[in-house]
Amino acid sequence: MLKVTLQQSTPIELDVEFSCESGETLALVGPSGAGKSTVLRCIAGLSLAAQGQVLCKGETWFDSEASINKTPQQRRVGMVFQNYALFPHLTVADNIKLALDKRIPESQYTIDKLLDQVNLTGLEQRYPAQLSGGQQQRVALARALARQPQVLLLDEPFSAVDKVTRRKLYLELNSLRRHLDMPVILVTHDLDEAAMLSDSLCVIHHGQTLQHGSPEQVLYQPMNSAVARQVDVRNILKGRLKLHHGELMLEWHHYVFSVSQLTGFVEGQAVYFALSPAKILLHQRVRPSRGEQENPVTGIIRDRVTLRGITTVLFSVELAKGAILQMDLPEHVAMRNKLNIGEEIKVSLLSDAIHVMAE
Amino acid sequence: MDWQAFQVSIMLAVLTCLSLLPIGLALAYLLVKSNFMGRGIIEAIITLPLVLPPTVLGYFLLVGMDNDSFLGSMFVSLTGQSLAFSFAGLWFASIIYSLPFAVQPMMRSLEKIEPEIREAAWCSGLSKWRTFFKIELPLAWPGIITAMVLCFSHTLGEFGVVLMIGGNIAGETRTLSIAIYDSVLAFEYQQAQSMSLILLAIALVTISVVYSFNRTRVPRF
Repeated sequence: MLKVTLQQSTPIELDVEFSCESGETLALVGPSGAGKSTVLRCIAGLSLAAQGQVLCKGETWFDSEASINKTPQQRRVGMVFQNYALFPHLTVADNIKLALDKRIPESQYTIDKLLDQVNLTGLEQRYPAQLSGGQQQRVALARALARQPQVLLLDEPFSAVDKVTRRKLYLELNSLRRHLDMPVILVTHDLDEAAMLSDSLCVIHHGQTLQHGSPEQVLYQPMNSAVARQVDVRNILKGRLKLHHGELMLEWHHYVFSVSQLTGFVEGQAVYFALSPAKILLHQRVRPSRGEQENPVTGIIRDRVTLRGITTVLFSVELAKGAILQMDLPEHVAMRNKLNIGEEIKVSLLSDAIHVMAE
Repeated sequence: MDWQAFQVSIMLAVLTCLSLLPIGLALAYLLVKSNFMGRGIIEAIITLPLVLPPTVLGYFLLVGMDNDSFLGSMFVSLTGQSLAFSFAGLWFASIIYSLPFAVQPMMRSLEKIEPEIREAAWCSGLSKWRTFFKIELPLAWPGIITAMVLCFSHTLGEFGVVLMIGGNIAGETRTLSIAIYDSVLAFEYQQAQSMSLILLAIALVTISVVYSFNRTRVPRF
């Protein structure tokens, strides 16, 4: 298990705390410059934080109070750098061989085994410059694993490859990580990538951990509006909680919505709320359905975009000062309902799909 | 053809190169890796012989090697010989004179190594010394070869400094370029020509070696 607590104010502000179990993959997400890579470098021993602790499998790697700071060589980390940092003058086999630790007697790793693990058999004698981006990434991964690391650190490992290769590497890493028995820390600014490849997400912004939880939790139930913005939640709106007939409800301009999950909130509290675009129910013009009584809203279609079978409809709500909402629909539903720009539509904001957050 | 002068020249060039390999590398490494206050001044001092007239450099070296000076007296007490007008003095002067030719290319090639490569080596468990010998040295190799070749040809062709501090002692400090000058003064053009052709050939071969070496290394990296 890896436990990290780091604080500093310069050169990059840091105030992070997280832990990662063996065999678990934790993704550090956040915009560029948020301090994600610095956190990774502090774990590896390449950067020194002013205060904090890094504990790995019972060993103390860094403890500012006890003045412990082990070198990268002493820490047994496997690190995949953003640009892979392969040794250009060495063949694939020699790149890996250099990282094999002969002092670990139980070492089960051999060059062949490692290359097989990352699907690179047959390329042993190539030089890094003779490899594609995807192949280079696999070599970097094999080299990082060669040392039998106690923690695997991946710094934006997919940013240097094209989209098609990336998709392939996602699947490979996904199956590989299931066989790894160490904590894996993945740094990325791509949310989909993080959600796909990790067991838990840790959102970092301005060097601070905003939320740490499962991908579902972080993506669909962001703790506050700052996290919601970081994880690219669409339809973040401002409202106020009011009592209506003894029930706590959400007031948004002229609308009053019932919300299923409101524990921990009080009457009169100003809140943010998010509406998942996929969970806004369209009232079909030809065939009315049961859910239509739930939080009905009327709007005018302002725009529509279709990508890979999903149509995103942007509509303005006149009773809410023209606020624009986004709704995702399967393309065929949008076509059948003839959703054209300028037309009026009626939708329901399902009470399950309204996620209320503190400011 | 003065074969003795040829021998002195080659000997001087080889010894200067061999001494500058560790000295130049240590200086280059220190200058690239550290970021201390006086870095600019040290770089300037190392580069000085490049822009200083050889006679000026020779003059200061001559004064510095005087038996009354710190360096000169130390050498006398150690060996019983005077440093000025000796092969050892010439060797010392050549190291100073060729220093920028060694340090500059070495620095450039060490600077070209991305910091991540070094860090990747550390994360792979390589100590700083192993990182230097296994990663940095092989990557800086083209620069080191260039430095050595430049030092060799530069020392072979040096004239002003040699004349100032070495004088013209046969078998001790008379180098090929001094011998050429002597021959011309004595109107022995035939001899001057053959010696000049030898220097020309050596210069041409060494420079071609550097170019072809650097070219063949490129596609690998």
